[in-house]
Amino acid sequence: MAVPRRSELNSFSLLLLLVQVCFLCLSCSSSSVAIATGNGGGYTINGRVKIPGLMAKGFGLPVKANNAKVILNGGQHVTFLKPDGYFSFHNVPAGTHLIEVDAIGYLFSPVRVDVSARNPGKVQAALTETRRGLNELVFEPLREEHYYEVREPFNVMSIVKSPMGLMIGFMVVVVFLMPKLVENMDPEEIRKAQEEMRNQGVPSIANLMPGSGRSN
Amino acid sequence: MAMAIKLSLLLLVISCSLIPTFSLFEDQVGFMDWHQRYIGKVKDAVFHTQKAGRKRVVVSTEENVIASLDLRRGEIFWRHVLGATDVIDKIDIALGKYVITLSSEGSILRAWNLPDGQMVWESFLSGSKSSKALLTIPANLKLDLDSPIFVYGGTCLYAISSIDGEILWKKDFINEGMDVHQLILSEGSNVIHAVGVFDLSEFNTYEIDVKNGGVLKHVRKSFPGGIYGNILSISSEKFVALDATRSIVLLISITDGQISLQQTHVSDLIHGVSLNPLILPSKLSGIFSLTTDTFIAFIKVTHEGKLEVMEKVDKTVVVSDALALSDGEQAFALVQHGDSKIHLSVRLVHDMSSNHLKETVKMDHERGFVHKIFINNYVRTDRSHGFRALIVMEDHSLLLLQQGEIVWSRDDGLASVIDVTTSELPVEKVGVSVAKVEDSLFEWLKGHMLKLKGTLMLATPDEIAIIQKIKLQSSEKSKMTRDHNGFRRLLIVLTKSRKLFALHSGDGHIVWSTLLQSLRQSDECPNPTGLKLHPWQIPHHHALDKNPSVLVVGRCGLSLSSPSTLSVVDTYTGKEARNVGPGHSTVQVIPLPFSDSSEQQLHLLIDDENRVHLYPRSREAVEIFQRESQNVYWYDVEAEVGILRGYGVKRRCDGDEYCFEARNLWSVVFPSESEKIISTVSRKGNEVVHTQAKVIADEDVMYKYISKNILFVATVSPKASGPIGSATPDESLLVVHLVDTITGRILHRMSHLGSQGPVHAVLSENWVVYHYFNLRAHRYEMSVIEIYDQSRAENKDVLKLIVGKHNLTTPVSSYSRPEVSTKSQSYFFTHSVKAISVTSTAKGITSKHLLIGTIADQVLALDKRFVDPRRSLNPTQAEKEEGLLPLTDTLPIIPQSYVTHAFKVEGLRGIETIPAKLESTTLVFAYGVDLFFTRLAPSRTYDSLTEDFNYALLLLTIVALVVAIFVTWVLSERKDLQEKWR
Repeated sequence: MAVPRRSELNSFSLLLLLVQVCFLCLSCSSSSVAIATGNGGGYTINGRVKIPGLMAKGFGLPVKANNAKVILNGGQHVTFLKPDGYFSFHNVPAGTHLIEVDAIGYLFSPVRVDVSARNPGKVQAALTETRRGLNELVFEPLREEHYYEVREPFNVMSIVKSPMGLMIGFMVVVVFLMPKLVENMDPEEIRKAQEEMRNQGVPSIANLMPGSGRSN
Repeated sequence: MAMAIKLSLLLLVISCSLIPTFSLFEDQVGFMDWHQRYIGKVKDAVFHTQKAGRKRVVVSTEENVIASLDLRRGEIFWRHVLGATDVIDKIDIALGKYVITLSSEGSILRAWNLPDGQMVWESFLSGSKSSKALLTIPANLKLDLDSPIFVYGGTCLYAISSIDGEILWKKDFINEGMDVHQLILSEGSNVIHAVGVFDLSEFNTYEIDVKNGGVLKHVRKSFPGGIYGNILSISSEKFVALDATRSIVLLISITDGQISLQQTHVSDLIHGVSLNPLILPSKLSGIFSLTTDTFIAFIKVTHEGKLEVMEKVDKTVVVSDALALSDGEQAFALVQHGDSKIHLSVRLVHDMSSNHLKETVKMDHERGFVHKIFINNYVRTDRSHGFRALIVMEDHSLLLLQQGEIVWSRDDGLASVIDVTTSELPVEKVGVSVAKVEDSLFEWLKGHMLKLKGTLMLATPDEIAIIQKIKLQSSEKSKMTRDHNGFRRLLIVLTKSRKLFALHSGDGHIVWSTLLQSLRQSDECPNPTGLKLHPWQIPHHHALDKNPSVLVVGRCGLSLSSPSTLSVVDTYTGKEARNVGPGHSTVQVIPLPFSDSSEQQLHLLIDDENRVHLYPRSREAVEIFQRESQNVYWYDVEAEVGILRGYGVKRRCDGDEYCFEARNLWSVVFPSESEKIISTVSRKGNEVVHTQAKVIADEDVMYKYISKNILFVATVSPKASGPIGSATPDESLLVVHLVDTITGRILHRMSHLGSQGPVHAVLSENWVVYHYFNLRAHRYEMSVIEIYDQSRAENKDVLKLIVGKHNLTTPVSSYSRPEVSTKSQSYFFTHSVKAISVTSTAKGITSKHLLIGTIADQVLALDKRFVDPRRSLNPTQAEKEEGLLPLTDTLPIIPQSYVTHAFKVEGLRGIETIPAKLESTTLVFAYGVDLFFTRLAPSRTYDSLTEDFNYALLLLTIVALVVAIFVTWVLSERKDLQEKWR
């Protein structure tokens, strides 16, 4: 397997490491792999970030992925992605570490990485969010993050449902349906109501509404 | 209308019962928020102007940013903020398309694509031990090699391919024990010279084959006098250095493999006394410059090896590096500061006597002195050389000068905010002209008609653009007067550049900026830094003719015992009203809740000998203070030794009326072998709590223990105080304490086994939320502790509460030792955290949201209801009605509740919240390398119409109603008439 590693020390023994915590195999055929190499005090962690639909294009990455960062132990080391999505941390002491990926627009689960001192080159990785083991140190976003609410397309109902829409609707009912109702009413009743109104005097704007309401 | 009101009330109730998020629509960006991008004080700059097309300058800064700027306008093309431990040493451009950065003391070499900032390759250079870092990129090396870059770092010399970062060869100097000072590539040869010093007293030079790193030649010469500082090369055969006593200039020349030494006394050279001479690194050929305390001398080295002083200039003159021009000529620039202007002159090395170019540029007084200059040339149409200069000023701003004018400027001092406070704007003057009102009314109506069109989807794309513009540029937003809702404020910002800025909260423009005189570098105050910013005078009731002002506390030096300076700055004009020169030291600044008759806030400054200094220094202030001094307490945290101490006022100092001595009241000593203090947090002084009672399900009441004097202290076992991965779960223990700072009583203590720091916490009302790392689960966790007052628990009788027969009005005293009970709960949280804050509102009625600054430099708003210790897996019906959420093990991250939405506040350091006058709303200011400001309504704006509210639609409805009334009236009249005729 081709190992994308640039190291000046030839004496390193490269140990490829496939530790399976659980057997949820990822269906990716990439050659990315986590390697830890003894180097005096420190080890190297290599990995890859895969953002579907972005990294495949190769060099000219969209601006979105341009500013992606990989962070070890909450800011102890910060590194950036190469055009193919690979990254590496150098001079990492043995122990259990946490790697986070910061790419705006995507949510990544932090990954727990164990760098073993006893058998150099052994790396164990697991997603901390889902506790799923990784046989390769490949980061894939849990989900895309949309920071904005999607504005709903224009809807007649939304206007009708708004307080003003309801008011206009009510008016329409009063103006157009009420006369129809009045027409269908018993002429006796209407006369009675009109008499009543006459007793009250000429309908003014102020008492028109309740007046017409009473005639109902 | 009543119906409509009812309906809207109903809608309000519905919307309140949901979990509110600060969701924004994409077209609302920039409506009530602003985001500003900065880079910090420029350390180094490389121009890229050779080819046609975009002209850029690549800079590295003290905020550890590498950025590519547009040379025409000063805008940022791209920018990367490197890790805090990964300090940039050198930058350069290779192959005309890659930006090369060398960082981490020469151990990490990266190449960035110049157009878009994508990292192309990265090489790790493992050195044996730390040394200085050098980077040399040959301009045109005639070799079949793939364009090597030469890097010296960690005592090794590397040749690295600039195409893919592959290491071609490596030469380790650890065995030679040599410290390399210079790498010299002579033009046209295949040899690189590594010049250095062994054991500070032996000069060494190695000639190394650029193809394979083999040593071709090695010459050395020891001089017993020793060497001070760096060796500087004049040419590939001549070098200069200072001897260890700094009184002799050594000229080292190599001829045919033989080294000859020549010593010249500095005093002979420059005739007269010269203190602290230094050789300046510059890339001038045949010339070097020597600085003393008073002047800079340019000294020419002749072919015969004679030193000649060519010119002496004042020490304040800033000299640029040499710039190679096309015809083998070299140029450099000098900048001299005059009265409110600067004089820029460019000289050619071959003709030092006259200025090639001399320009005078008007310069804002508030920018201070010039600190750095970088020059670049261009060829004018008449084939002569034109020069542009990039200058870095004392206030960290960056300016481009060309043809005697400032082409653009960047206020990059704002990238290093130390402290933030706010100030009110002036009250609007009454009496507005009628014409203005009519005009604005018409404009207003037009705007709303457009908006209406927008909502009805009738607007054309052009009109939509206009609507967006109206929204963004609303003149209301950036008005310089106080508004009814308290949204418009002045953000007063103290920066590391010792400059005080006032930003308008509406659109973020700089209202004024002042380079503080009290923090100016001087003999008395050699290394001034800003410390704190406090509101000093807030005229509200009295002294209304005065402007509000802020107090700036600074310190002359890094140690706690260095003297401090104070100044009072008027927030309307930015003028320094008063300043007190270096006096006593300042360890702590305590604003007291008292003010004098002119509404100046009383402040206590505690010095390193535990004396208390009272400000303002007036008789009245002393009287007020002495009246209240029995109730003044403070504490300090000695994190190194693990001790908390509480103090009270004892008596006056001898001889100083405004100074008091402290008496130690209590101490809490943490055992140093098991507990190390890593974090302490107290409540914000200006926080308002609406009610002490909390009504829970079953109409029960719980009483919050509300005290301003709670201190949250987190300690870890000493082994676990390092970074993550350095300790095993078994040896790490995190203990959190809630301490009463009046009595020293520990109210609550809780330990988290297998957990470690860093701890970020926020304390508000009666609760504390803290973020830490759980090593067993290997995830971050957030815990909440709520503290309740048990002594008031029997006040449950509602009747008593109504009648007033309860003990709620009895004063709360720390000395009464009330019974307290606590509740706590922990949850997982996905991200690392850089800062935590909490929203604050004017009356404290609105529910709270936590503002979490994540490692990705975003600010996430998290409803406090998610961190409620009373959450359970299956809440009862009553609890559900109360709004209690079912328990989950992880806190949710809802993308829409990022208050920074699609922006990043690079290098986030702090989040400040400021209550607006409108109870529902809080103002949020997040700062780091970038600045971000927005307005939040944690429970939505229940007390005002949103700015999206369409007045035009309302007007239209009313008009429609009136028209309808008339129509119906007319119709009914007509019908009446017809009836009558019948």
